[in-house]
Amino acid sequence: MFEIGLAHYLTVAAIIFTLGVFGIFLNRKNVIIIMMSIELILLAVNINFVAFSHFLHDLIGQVFAMFVLTVAAAEAAIGLAILVVFFRNRGTIEVEEINQMKG
Amino acid sequence: MIQALVFYVFAAITVASGVMVISARNPVHAVLFLILAFFNSAGLFLLAGAEFLAMVLVVVYVGAVAVLFLFVVMMLDINFVKLREGFLQYLPIGALIGLILLVELALVYGSWSFAPEAPLSVATRVPDLAVVTNTDALGRLLFTDYFYLFQVAGLVLLVAMIGTILLTLRSRPGVKKQNIARQNARTKETSVELRKVPTRGGI
Repeated sequence: MFEIGLAHYLTVAAIIFTLGVFGIFLNRKNVIIIMMSIELILLAVNINFVAFSHFLHDLIGQVFAMFVLTVAAAEAAIGLAILVVFFRNRGTIEVEEINQMKG
Repeated sequence: MIQALVFYVFAAITVASGVMVISARNPVHAVLFLILAFFNSAGLFLLAGAEFLAMVLVVVYVGAVAVLFLFVVMMLDINFVKLREGFLQYLPIGALIGLILLVELALVYGSWSFAPEAPLSVATRVPDLAVVTNTDALGRLLFTDYFYLFQVAGLVLLVAMIGTILLTLRSRPGVKKQNIARQNARTKETSVELRKVPTRGGI
């Protein structure tokens, strides 16, 4: 209980990951909250990487976590840009309205 | 003992703010709770000895990504109350899937253990913190063995930047703007005209 092991970190990461997935289902209409949920999922992945890096004494996990961070930042920027353009064109960000490219 | 206590505090606040992110009524509050979650997971990173990543998490996520979210939330004029309609409609299915996922993860973690040879296959050992700091070790690794990947990461950010600018830039017609090239290209011949004005005639 008072000895923090790998399982503690993995539990926290699993809970945050589940919260992220849950958030996507819960806020089906709001794209902004969905993107925040994706950020939570990526955060959980990073916690896993860092925890394994710490308990295996391997530095590569931290290197990989940094690359995940880079991709997450790029994804957020592009996603929000698409959101702004979509709002400019349609005046709404409801997910159900995003169907113009449906065949 | 103190370490365990700090871990539990950080973990509890992270999970609690994660819950608030997905359930907050106001998206601005959701972004602020996201910032809180990032701060506390930076604390978790610190406890795991990843000092540099903790600081990068604060700088990149809190300083850039979360503020970007905040800007977008405040910039778009959206009726967020209307967007929350059907919130409870998706609650059961979401809770079901979340529960299944959590149980699956718990099963995986419960029945999983390190292979006996796993500690032998470590690629780069974390050096002793008293000798080399975490930032130093990470930098040495990143700029030697992972240099090309590091460059590719920079390229990803460049592509993201160009894509974002390209997506959101718009040229509106009818806006009066200074065109320096056209100003410099003007000559006396094209812009000044001398006319012979007849007396008492006017132009």
